[in-house]
Amino acid sequence: MVKLPRVTIRFAGDSGDGMQLTGTQFSFTSALAGNDISTLPDYPSEIRAPAGTLAGVSGYQIQFSSSDIFTPGDEVDTLVAMNPAALRANLKSVRSGGMVIVNEDAFTPVDLKKAGYDDNPIEGESIPGYRLVKVPIDRLNAETLKSSGLTAKQIDRCKNFFTLGLLCWLYNRPLEPTLKYITAKFAQKSPLVAKANSDVLKAGYDYGENAELFPVQYFVEKAKLPPGRYRSMTGNEAVALGLVTAARLAGKNLFYGSYPITPATDILHTLAELKHAGVVTFQAEDEIAAIGSAIGASFGGAIAATGTSGPGIALKSEAIGLAVMTELPLVIVNVQRGGPSTGLPTKTEQADLLQAVFGRNGECPLPVIAATSPSDCFNAAVEACTIAVRYMTPVMLLSDGYIANSAEPWLIPDVRSMPKIAIAHPAARNDGGVFQPYRRNEDGARPWALPGTPGLEHRTGGLEKEDGAGTISYDPANHQKMIGLRAAKVAGIRPAGAAFYWTGREHGDVLIVGWGSTYGAIKAATLELQRQGAAVSACQVRYLNPFPQRLGELLARFKTVLVPELNLGQLALLLRAQYRIETVSLSKVCGQPFAFSEIIAAAKTHLPVSGTAQTKSSTA
Amino acid sequence: MNILNDSTPSNEACTGCTAADFASDQEVRWCPGCGDYSILAQTKKVLAKLGIPRSKIVFVSGIGCSSRFPYYLNTYGFHSIHGRAPTIATGLKLARPDLDVWIATGDGDALSIGGNHLLHTLRRNPNLKILLFNNRIYGLTKGQYSPTSPKGAITKSSPMGSLETPLRPMSFALGCGATFAARSLAVDTRHLEYVLERAAKHVGTALVEIYQNCVIFNDGAFNYATEKDLKADTIVYLEHGKPLIFGKNREKAIGLNNRLQPQVVNVGDTRPTDLLVHDEREPTPAVSFLLSNLTQPDFPEPVGVFRAVERDSFDALVHGQIAQARAQRGEADLQAMLNGSESWTVQ
Repeated sequence: MVKLPRVTIRFAGDSGDGMQLTGTQFSFTSALAGNDISTLPDYPSEIRAPAGTLAGVSGYQIQFSSSDIFTPGDEVDTLVAMNPAALRANLKSVRSGGMVIVNEDAFTPVDLKKAGYDDNPIEGESIPGYRLVKVPIDRLNAETLKSSGLTAKQIDRCKNFFTLGLLCWLYNRPLEPTLKYITAKFAQKSPLVAKANSDVLKAGYDYGENAELFPVQYFVEKAKLPPGRYRSMTGNEAVALGLVTAARLAGKNLFYGSYPITPATDILHTLAELKHAGVVTFQAEDEIAAIGSAIGASFGGAIAATGTSGPGIALKSEAIGLAVMTELPLVIVNVQRGGPSTGLPTKTEQADLLQAVFGRNGECPLPVIAATSPSDCFNAAVEACTIAVRYMTPVMLLSDGYIANSAEPWLIPDVRSMPKIAIAHPAARNDGGVFQPYRRNEDGARPWALPGTPGLEHRTGGLEKEDGAGTISYDPANHQKMIGLRAAKVAGIRPAGAAFYWTGREHGDVLIVGWGSTYGAIKAATLELQRQGAAVSACQVRYLNPFPQRLGELLARFKTVLVPELNLGQLALLLRAQYRIETVSLSKVCGQPFAFSEIIAAAKTHLPVSGTAQTKSSTA
Repeated sequence: MNILNDSTPSNEACTGCTAADFASDQEVRWCPGCGDYSILAQTKKVLAKLGIPRSKIVFVSGIGCSSRFPYYLNTYGFHSIHGRAPTIATGLKLARPDLDVWIATGDGDALSIGGNHLLHTLRRNPNLKILLFNNRIYGLTKGQYSPTSPKGAITKSSPMGSLETPLRPMSFALGCGATFAARSLAVDTRHLEYVLERAAKHVGTALVEIYQNCVIFNDGAFNYATEKDLKADTIVYLEHGKPLIFGKNREKAIGLNNRLQPQVVNVGDTRPTDLLVHDEREPTPAVSFLLSNLTQPDFPEPVGVFRAVERDSFDALVHGQIAQARAQRGEADLQAMLNGSESWTVQ
């Protein structure tokens, strides 16, 4: 057995071949075995592209490690290709000398042609530059299940479990978690399928053991994660759990109004299962009804949220303005995807930052928080709710397709140690016998007076209103004043969690500033550069509006501010405007996350040639 | 009119509550002569009779002259955005099923930009009351045609005449599955009061279309239905269980020909069993739909309650399902939810 510090595997096959399931199970098994994991599902937006074509290739990448990792891996160590198209689409991502395991039965003339191959790349015993392992997966699968009582089509659908079994043997993963999963999912409804999947999983494992295809097995030790209780969690699950938790901490029920849209829909699915927690999910007729219902629920006193992706935010803009104007608490989740317009629904991007900060008519300030990882989505959701109710404002929570679908181990918090979210609904008039619905406290927040409370009857709405009294006002001086008050309220927001995640010293040659899911790649790059002796630090900004108080001061202490973003430079634009500094943008807008090697390369162009730390600290 | 004589004062009358208690301190800014004043007056009367505390009542509106309505009532109010009142009202009702939620909207707000939301709200049937002020024009934006304006209407945006066939709110509502659809006239104060009270008591979505005169931009649009010497022939009062009788001497009625198409018949020469009898509670809305298509000049336009059927309200169903989930799975423990079904411990 060979011990490895970390391994990156990519499973790839036809959509509908079960690659997502295989990948998810392998990841979960690795997490249970104690590795740190990071995953990257990569699938097309069509439900079923023509079988065997490049357009239909679905992939799932996982890195698992005995140390702390932050990305799903820049380069693939082992590619599992279930058909020629999967090989063609993914071979270039495999590192030189990496292993390529193929389902040789799928390399038929018809499928080769569909994948655009003139010749059969696996004809010989090797592909130059890689270690090729050919496995007759279709035949072995069919052979194992020939007396299973299933149809040929059903048998074919089990082959992903054969593959999973084989990989579990190769990397020394236990089969028990997957066997448990199979039982839970299939035993009741189709016991024949359950048995077939279990049998073929074990057959794959045994094949690895007996077939002498692989000279060695590999293992990756447990990672030294902080002690505690863990579970595997995706970003979307984390958002859902964060919202439910925040509602509980506030002593209220959660209302979630939503309309299905890739890649945010899973939040709705997760919350729809939590009715026993008093969660009301409302699948509205469209995006606008989704946010409208959430605003109505907030007016009524619920912890209210709505979730969508970029196109949905565009539709919700007017209603967000209404929530800003009526100063009601609301959380709006944008799980960003490739744009503009319909764009690339299943590919990740982070190009909705300016939309979040500016995208409404008028002076319409909106606090913006961006989660940096799947686990961080939980914290960000709780913080968004906390800020929404404290400052009586809608809050935008930015996530993206990558962290939404990616899984990692999450150290589960003890709910008893989580601070309650304090809310005080007025029960009495606040101005000598008259109720002033827009009288502000020291945070600039108005009272959250709930309908049903006698004596506090008032009308609110989207028209400009008189400060304090809240009645309609077109008075010029009042409008100027209210514009200022709403802006000041948001500008004065104190973060409810970490304003940024910092790595390294507070001065140096290069500061790599990012937001959102670039966190992992930036952190990995920074640690590597520091290992090489470079004076590089990293700052992952979580509060994009208002910016963290110390940010300007910290930016000024570095010679170069490098801003890697999955957009054309939106954070860079905001930093330049706010702090009047020069920034260097590293833009990548191709639907894929950064490889940390790309960030290292960009940073190095701004470091002294030797790459060593400067002894003199930069002027500040 | 029989229906009005039959309506008894509610024995749930709010103790000591009068219509005046529902007036807010805001100066009403509709144009002098606007039909909305009457709607406001009858609404206050009905609210006073319901026995529901002011603090439990919420009026949600969209955009338009109609939508200024909440400001003039001393209840809770939410003046929202164009067309979207049903979405806010639905969320509010789901979060707070204890509140009495009303919507004030207009022909543009509800049927143009808001058409989709109205459709789904009627279909879902949350317990909301929707007052649709139909003046067949866009008043607040100063005189463009609306989805209910007649074809050929000459307006600021249709100087050569509108080319669009208008929508009939009652027909739309019945097509969407409305459990309560009614129509009245702003100027017919007793009838309007009756219809509003019926709507208030309906459990589910109650849509009330109100013919309302816009004195500035579409004056006289409903004269045919309100003028003393015309109205006997131009409108017919719907009464459950009764034939549709109209005319100065109540000499005419509605019947169906052998193609199931409506026709005006003389009461005198028609067998009573051949007269169409109104049934608010018929199993399907087919006949009510037919009635909703009776328009001038060929037929009198029906006013009153077209349909009133019982169906579980959406909010009751949603909360019923939550209660069911709690009964089946027990009250959720937050820590258990966070732990999920597969967790492990690192020492």
